[in-house]
Amino acid sequence: MPTLSLMSPEFSVVRDENKCVKCLACVRQCGFDAQQYDAADDRLYTIDANCVNCQRCVSICPAGALTIYKNPPPMRPNAYWSEGHLRNIMKQAETGGVLLTGMGNDQPYPTYFDRLLLNASQVTNPSIDPLREPMELRTYLGSRTEPVSLKERQDKTRTPLVPLETPIMFSAMSYGSISHTAFESLARAAKEFGTLFNTGEGGLPEDLYQYADHAVVQVASGRFGVHADYLNAGRVVEIKIGQGAKPGIGGHLPGEKITAAVSATRMIPEGTDALSPAPHHDIYSIEDLKQLIYTLKETTRYQKPVSVKVSAVHNVAAIASGIARAGADIITVDGFRGGTGAAPTMIRDHVGIPIELAIAAVDQRLRDEGIRNHVSLVAAGGFRSSADIVKAIALGADAVYIATAALIALGCHLCQKCYTGKCSWGIATQDPYKTRRINPEIGAERLYNLLRGWSHEIKEMLGGMGINSIESLRGNRLHLRGVGLNEVELRLLGVKHAGEAI
Amino acid sequence: MLREGDYRIPSGCAISGFINKDGRRVDGQAIIKSIALMQERSNGLGGGFAAYGIYPEYKDYYALHLLFEDKLSRNQVEDLIKDNFYIEAEDRIPTRHVKSIGKAPLLWRYFVTPRVSKIDESQETEENFMTRLVMRINAQVSGAYVVSSGKNMGAFKGVGYPEDIGEFFRLDEYQAYSWIAHGRFPTNTPGWWGGAHPFTLLDWSVVHNGEVSSYGANRRFLEMYDYKITLQTDTEVIAYAIDLLVRRHKLPLELAARVLAAPFWQEIDRLPAGERDLYTRLRVVYGSLLLNGPFSIIVGFSGGIMALNDRLKLRPLVAGAQANTLYVASEEAAIREICPDVEQVWYPRGGEPVVGRLEEEAQCRLSA
Repeated sequence: MPTLSLMSPEFSVVRDENKCVKCLACVRQCGFDAQQYDAADDRLYTIDANCVNCQRCVSICPAGALTIYKNPPPMRPNAYWSEGHLRNIMKQAETGGVLLTGMGNDQPYPTYFDRLLLNASQVTNPSIDPLREPMELRTYLGSRTEPVSLKERQDKTRTPLVPLETPIMFSAMSYGSISHTAFESLARAAKEFGTLFNTGEGGLPEDLYQYADHAVVQVASGRFGVHADYLNAGRVVEIKIGQGAKPGIGGHLPGEKITAAVSATRMIPEGTDALSPAPHHDIYSIEDLKQLIYTLKETTRYQKPVSVKVSAVHNVAAIASGIARAGADIITVDGFRGGTGAAPTMIRDHVGIPIELAIAAVDQRLRDEGIRNHVSLVAAGGFRSSADIVKAIALGADAVYIATAALIALGCHLCQKCYTGKCSWGIATQDPYKTRRINPEIGAERLYNLLRGWSHEIKEMLGGMGINSIESLRGNRLHLRGVGLNEVELRLLGVKHAGEAI
Repeated sequence: MLREGDYRIPSGCAISGFINKDGRRVDGQAIIKSIALMQERSNGLGGGFAAYGIYPEYKDYYALHLLFEDKLSRNQVEDLIKDNFYIEAEDRIPTRHVKSIGKAPLLWRYFVTPRVSKIDESQETEENFMTRLVMRINAQVSGAYVVSSGKNMGAFKGVGYPEDIGEFFRLDEYQAYSWIAHGRFPTNTPGWWGGAHPFTLLDWSVVHNGEVSSYGANRRFLEMYDYKITLQTDTEVIAYAIDLLVRRHKLPLELAARVLAAPFWQEIDRLPAGERDLYTRLRVVYGSLLLNGPFSIIVGFSGGIMALNDRLKLRPLVAGAQANTLYVASEEAAIREICPDVEQVWYPRGGEPVVGRLEEEAQCRLSA
């Protein structure tokens, strides 16, 4: 029995009637039915309770007549019972359900990237000018065999390594959770820039196989869209064990998003919920994982590096060591700021650990065991800028995945309502009226620009450190200094405090 | 007293070296003269030499040059040596009084061969056994430091201008077919004898002008292969990197140089397929050993020397050839000082190794 909602709207949409030309663009563009038009009265009005503050109407309004305001909290200020707690309790009192959300953890935990500073050369070691000298960002992913044999034939048996022209890839976002147009934008940009995109756990649409050579094809517990041709088409095969946004639980794509096209790609009936179980039901141990790794290697005739993606959790270093010994060529660690199309709010906000600490711990553990060169280490989960990426590589990552940043480049405004399928920006929706809002050509160009800008910035930062090749930054923690970190944090990150000499 | 290892010391320096490829042995006066000319590049806080072919009578024994800060450390190390080696001979390293040289540590040398039973016990090759012992002394015995540990070679180094250090160690009394030298300009004052160049391991010795900005990456990679980096100095890392690549991973020295100063990807991409594949593999596997930042180095080894610049040639390095002798130095003047009529002088390009080796006949004669 529905109960009366006691919740006041979180946002107010204010229309400047002097500016509004009644073009009705806002009504057509709002995915959440917050903007309404009463034809009888020729009157525009808003249902504030529906507004998610995705800013689509504000951005699209040709007259600049709209502004969205955050409403004051529906309670007197309380440092313990925050507005978020109150709204959540009210919502659950009305629905009895699990709170859902989208995108990444937005809680004010410490961000270690913001407590790490980079080095620069002065006098004794000249900076290198990226405008004059080659600056090398090319990175290879895969397992390295030592020593290098001068007998060529011996190396022909190796799984080929995969080159990236910049150490930045697009992280897993499945077709189904995002639109075909957003998915295609990522694929195109990856191909044009010489990097990889990740299919996520929904397979690869048939018309996008032309980009498969730049795809990391994912195999998740649901096995959606997984078949031999798909595995052999990709450049890297990735087993998804966990995801930073929701460690320890599976995936759920609601039936509303399983359109005919999505159903064909995923190989599941139209309109049914796509549920990926939390564990792979054929992997209950590390030796089971090894079996799947080698099943995939056999299927792809040892021509594709196999990656294993795990969430950054408390024991991630030991888990990563097991994964390396189980035969993986690449380990992807996804931190607790990683985004998602849908996650229980409590899990997104309270499970997992920061990627900075996870990557430092994994890199050190693999080195302690002398097997760091046997795997590539990819960091994921909330990279906001090129500086974050440089710091992650200095902590020990070979490359990083970005996804939230990529979606922002495509237009996402982080309203966190991906799970509703109503995305006004045409990203997290399958509604053809909305998906057309992304033109893959323009989307790819925006993503390409982001990679280009970040890559230039990385080159500038490297040059400042007196380094002209990304491999000299990898794991080079002497170029990092902590500010405002305690001794435990410094020890875990393996960095000295700012002010300490080299 | 703070030592190397307590902090890092970026420094500028002078380097010089030569090899008589016909195996002709000469005393240390020429190398002292050459390095002394570049006094502007030193500041009196470190000088050193390595010489090859100086102990023909003990050529089958490891010549351990050690410095001790006190008797206690000497006793500890001697116990270690007696446990693990048969000692053929031992003595104080001969020195003479030089006014400008301050208080020197105890300087001893031992000619040793590992006990077979100990090597069997360790399940290691003789060289790895030796390496581990050197690392153990440097890391664990406070106040003791292994200056060199190769066969038929030795390193001599200390705090002072290199010409004074040469005088102090009586290098005019040693005969070597190759000499390398170093004058140091640290931007900090360690005042520690072990911190001078060359840095050595087994037969390798390295003198270095520069500051390696990839040090953190190089160091963490080498630690995976049981190298104990105790001195926080770039040069130590270079010696170990060469040891790993050439001795342990069996790469030719010229290819090891292409790891330390790798060709750029844009150059690799233009190579013929076979070479492209090889250089790609070298960079992919040993990327963490790429030396980034400015450097010029001279590497001494049994039977040869190699000089190498960073890929951008951010530090000076010049080579010269006259008859059977190859010269390398920071400055041309340092070569002309000891070989005024040098026939051929050239400035090697960044990343292009200059290698001089003993001719086959000389090699046979010296090892006979």
